[in-house]
Parts: sequence; C-alpha cells; structure tokens
Amino acid sequence: MAYMVMIRHPAFPNPSSVPTSAPADTALGDCGVLETVKEEIMRLLVVEDDRAAADYLRKAFREAGFVVDLASDGDEGLSLALDGGYDVLIVDRMLPRRDGLSLIAELRARGDKTPVLILSALGQVDDRVTGLRAGGDDYLPKPYAFSELLARVEALARRGGPQATETTYRVADLELDRLAHRVMRSGQEIVLQPREFRLLEYLMRHAGQVVTRTMLLENVWDYHFDPQTNVIDVHVSRLRSKIDKGFEPPLLHTVRGAGYIVRDGAR
Amino acid sequence: MTALGRLIRTTAFKLIAAYLLAFAIFAASIIAYLGWHTQRLVVGQVTDAIETEAKILSQQYTIGGVNRLASIINRRSRQPGAGLYLLTTFTGENVAGNVLNLPLNFLDSEGWKEIDYVRSEDTDGHTSRAVVKVIFLPGEFRLLIGRDVVEREELRRIIIRPALWSVAVLVLLGVAGGLFVTRRVLKRIDEMTATSDRIMAGDLTGRLPLAGTDDEFDRLALSVNAMLERIEVLLAGLKQVSDNIAHDLKTPLTRLRNRAEDALRTASTDVQWRAATEQTIEESDTLIRIFDALLMIARAEAGQARAGMVPFDLAETVESVAELYEPLAEEKGLSFEVTAQGPLMVRGVRELIGQALSNLVDNAIKYSCPDEEDGVSRTIRIAGEPIGERARITVADQGAGIPELDRARVLERFVRLEASRTRPGSGLGLSLVSAVVHLHGGTLALEDNAPGLRIVIELPLEPVSGD
Repeated sequence: MAYMVMIRHPAFPNPSSVPTSAPADTALGDCGVLETVKEEIMRLLVVEDDRAAADYLRKAFREAGFVVDLASDGDEGLSLALDGGYDVLIVDRMLPRRDGLSLIAELRARGDKTPVLILSALGQVDDRVTGLRAGGDDYLPKPYAFSELLARVEALARRGGPQATETTYRVADLELDRLAHRVMRSGQEIVLQPREFRLLEYLMRHAGQVVTRTMLLENVWDYHFDPQTNVIDVHVSRLRSKIDKGFEPPLLHTVRGAGYIVRDGAR
Repeated sequence: MTALGRLIRTTAFKLIAAYLLAFAIFAASIIAYLGWHTQRLVVGQVTDAIETEAKILSQQYTIGGVNRLASIINRRSRQPGAGLYLLTTFTGENVAGNVLNLPLNFLDSEGWKEIDYVRSEDTDGHTSRAVVKVIFLPGEFRLLIGRDVVEREELRRIIIRPALWSVAVLVLLGVAGGLFVTRRVLKRIDEMTATSDRIMAGDLTGRLPLAGTDDEFDRLALSVNAMLERIEVLLAGLKQVSDNIAHDLKTPLTRLRNRAEDALRTASTDVQWRAATEQTIEESDTLIRIFDALLMIARAEAGQARAGMVPFDLAETVESVAELYEPLAEEKGLSFEVTAQGPLMVRGVRELIGQALSNLVDNAIKYSCPDEEDGVSRTIRIAGEPIGERARITVADQGAGIPELDRARVLERFVRLEASRTRPGSGLGLSLVSAVVHLHGGTLALEDNAPGLRIVIELPLEPVSGD
C-alpha cells in the first residue's frame, strides 16, 4: 500500500499535519471548530478503496487537525481498527476482501466500541437502516459535502463525552435543564416549544461544534431526507430570536456553507 | 434427440406406461382365471359323459363279448355328431370305430389323454381335438372312447382369444393415447419454452399461450404472464429512468460544464474563481438531489422497501412534517391548519411517507405564494383522519392549482407545468409521492380545491390485532 501513511503514534506527528498549536483560522477556515480540536489530537482511520477519495479525505481531515490513517481494504481496516487508539472510523461500505458492514460487525463482536461513520454510495432508506443495524453510528451517503462529514465526525468523536450525561448544559449565561425542561438565560426563563427545546438541546450538547442542517433534521425530527427548502433555517432563526434577542453576546451562530454552532462568541 | 425419444423421456409418458403395464397384468390374470375355470367346467362334462359310456360299453362287453361290443360301436359311430370310438386287439388291429391315424402305441397305456385325430368317414383329412379314455378290456382288447372338445375350442375362440386381443388393443390404444397426451403436454411446454426463449432474446411483449381450459398449465401460464407483466413494467420504468437521465440530467451537466469552461476562459481574479467554483458545487448538488430522487422513485416502484415495512402512527408523521414546515409557511404569510386524528396505524416506511408528505407540503407552500402579492390571505390545510379501513391524508392549498387535464401528467417524472418552470424544483416531487403511495398499497388523487389543489392520499390502516 504505497499511499498508506502510518502516523498513528502521536509521538511521531506527520510534518504535514497541522500542529495542534496552530492558530485556528489557518487550520479551519470558517468552520469554527477550533476550540474542540485544540485540546487533543483526534485520530481517524479512513477505510476506503478509492485512492483519490482516500487521499482527499486525508488531506482535508489533516487540515482540520486530525491525524489520519488510511486502509484500502476491509481486512487491513479491521486489523488497524483492532489495534485501537482511534477516535472515529470512517468506513466505506463496498470494500475489497471484506465489506464495510462485515468489518463493523466483526469490530463490535470483539467489543470495540469506537464510533464508526459509514460512508457509502448506497444512500437509500433501507441501506442506512442496514448500515446502522450492523453497528455503524452514523451513515453518510456519497457524494457528500466535506463540511457535513467533518461536522459528523466531530460529533461522533465527542459522543460519550462528559456532556452527554450531564443534566444541565451551559454555554456562557445560557442554561438548559434537561430534566426540568427549562431554559434560562442570564437568570431569565425562556419559554420554548417542545421541538425548539430539542433543537437547542442538540445544539448545546454539541456546543463548540458545527451542526449541519441534516444533522438537525435527523436528530431533532428523526427524518433523513434532504428538505428542499430552508425549513431548518426558519426553525433555527425562530430559536435564535428567543435565546439571543435582547442578550449579549449572541450564542447561536450560522456557519456559512456548513450549518450552525452554539458557542460563546466572546471567548 | 428424436421426437419419439423426447416423448418417451417425458414424465407423463413414463407414468402412462407404468399404469398400462399394471393394468395389462391385472386384466390378463382375470382372463386366465376365467378361462381356466370355464374349461374345467366344459371338460368336466365331457369326462363325465365318457365315463358313463365306458361303463355301459364295458357292461355290454361283459354281457355279449367282443362281437356285441363291436356292433354297438359301429352303430354309435355312424350317428351324426357321435363321439369317438375305437376297439382294437392288443396287437393294434382295428375291430370297430371311427378313428384313423392314431399315433403309434397310443393305446399301449390306460387312462385319460388328449389327441388330434381324423375321423374315418372324413375324406379331407380334417383333424379335430378330443379328450379320450383308453380302457383295457379283459381278453386283450383295447377300447378308446372320446368326445370332441369342439366346445372347449369354441369357447377359447369366442371368449379367451377376443379377451386377449382386447387387452392387446387396449395396451396399444393406451400407448397411443399416452403418446398423444404426452405430445400435447410436450407441445404446450415447447410453446412455453419457445415463448420464454423469445422473451430472453429481448422481446418482453411475449406471453405464454392460454388454452382456455383453466387446467394446471393455464394456471401456471397465468401466473408466469403476471410475472412477465410486472417485469415489463419494471423494465419500462428502468428505461424511462435511463431516458430521463439522458435527457434531464444532461441538461444540468451541460450547464455545469459550460460554467467551468467559462470560468477557465474568463475568470481572472480570486473572487471570480471562487464564485465559479461555488456555482459548480451548487450545480452538482442539484444533480445529486435529482439522482437521489430518481433512485428513490425507482426503488419505491420496484417495491424493494417492502421488507423494511413496520407499523407506525401516520398521524404522528403528519404532525411532525406539518410542524417542520409550519414556521416556513408562517414566514411566507400563509395560514397553516393541521388536524390529525391519531393514532392512524399503517404499515410502511415512515421515512418515505415523511419524505412524500414533505414534498407535498413543500409544493403547497411553494405554489401558494403568488409572484405578485395580491393581499389575499391563503391557507394550507393538512389533515389526517381515518375513513373506514383507510387512513386519509389531505394536503390542500389555495394556490393556482393544476388544470384537470394536466393532473395525471404531473405524476410522471420530470414533468413540470409551464407555470412552475420559473420556480426551483426538479419535477420529481410528485412522482416520488406517487411511487411511495403505490408502494404502500394506497391511492393518490389530485382534486380541485377551488381555488387551489387538494391532494388526497389514502393508505390501508393496519388492522388492530386483538391477540
């Protein structure tokens, strides 16, 4: 595998990967996920047999501050994944030697719980269901926008972090009490519709990370299709008018070309 | 393989042959049994008669000696239809009687015998068969008394022979019939094979011939024909998709290519390059969306998603889709009325139904906003309700509506009415709705909402199971 680069050990960082101390703007453009990346190097395994696609992913994820390994077939992917140490696996479904689903199933059978994102040209409803049933954590049909893939990988890498178990989410002076279903900003209660509450809950659970429109549609409405118009934008702007209007600084930001992010803009 | 060889190798023919063989053995044994018993009866009468006569003649010999016996025999021999008589000395010289040509030493032993003989009065040498008894008389004379067994032979001629013949004819007819039946079966199978060969060669309009007899072949042919019908529809769909791809995907692809080419030729600043690249990505996203929609329609039409169908509450889907679009409608200044009487349990793929509903609501919003503001407040009504054993979903708008003539046409892929050409969209939304509704065994109707369009979908409700 001539194009495979083994840089899995943090002690030997690849010179071309972005140093963790690099300024956010150069590394991430306008994606705005700097804070989450700065804390630790995230390690990614991409199992993809198409060399051009794999190289593109490696380059793009490196620019986003990830350490990326590539595997070009299912067997190689499985053995690398089993060696462990990855934060997220990106697995293509149709792979030589061992298909993606069998790789994931084998991994899960051996008790490995590393989050897996399935990347596949098979993008219909039933394909997604099969993929998730096989043990995948997320499913992204090809072709994809890299911003979408990045946001989802970030979300997966953070999955199971301390925030998920907390009953209260806090961003600056915004507070969301998951048990009491109550939202406070600067000590003032904000009344939200149930769906708005779930929207904010999801955004705050991923505070500091870009959340895309399709991620919101999937996680808040449980639909996986692509809404033809800007329905999600209208929901978000409604939510924004409730939580940001009359308060400083604004916390719910639009990330152009990607989605939304909740973060303390003053930080 | 010869035609006969083919016939003989068929299952039908082998069955018929086995059946015939069994039947022939059975028939032959019945005939043999009957024949044997009848013969025994006839021969029994003959031997009784001979026995009686032997007794009488022996007595006459005892009373009157050889001369008396010879005269009695001569008298009896001359009567018409008489039995057989022969009296000889122990050396074989004939004393009296009407039998000629006895085999040599025939009278050397006593007892019952069967012979072919010639009567002495017969000049043409006609032989007959007879049962005879040979008796040694005291005084070295030998007496033969016999009776023709014409009756027995007659019996054989009129009963047993024809019976055997009829069995033979039956077997022959059976074999012929078997060949005929087998040939008919083979012919129909050959017709079917020929048709399927033709279909395999690409002529999908071919159908298996029906004999109209409603037999098992007709039933098989009907079922295969229904299957072919389905395959033809699917292939027609596939062909339509490829035609669509050729026609409607090449247009945006050409646009995409032109744009890139134009950028290559004219763009000089970073800003221009960036704009061109962004436009290219946008165009390809449109293409991807069209691709996804086409694939989804094709899959729904092929019925592949049926395996993943589960019961779910349609009312919840109606509510959640309505809720998803409600802010958008409000932003466009439309009133939004949602009524959903739940639960409406149907069996299906919630994702697909949700997508279909969202297409409808999206359309309703899109076509409710007139290009020029006329100040009239428009309402979109979305309803889900049970009607008997079906769930009815209505999406009604007060927009321009669809002229009656165009209502069937808009369900086809890529069909966009002139009025909507200027608006964004691919012309696949309603095709997808139609495919999804049919996948779920439902009906889709486009009605006049006066003004506007009302779309009514009915899906079968999942029967409530008591157990």
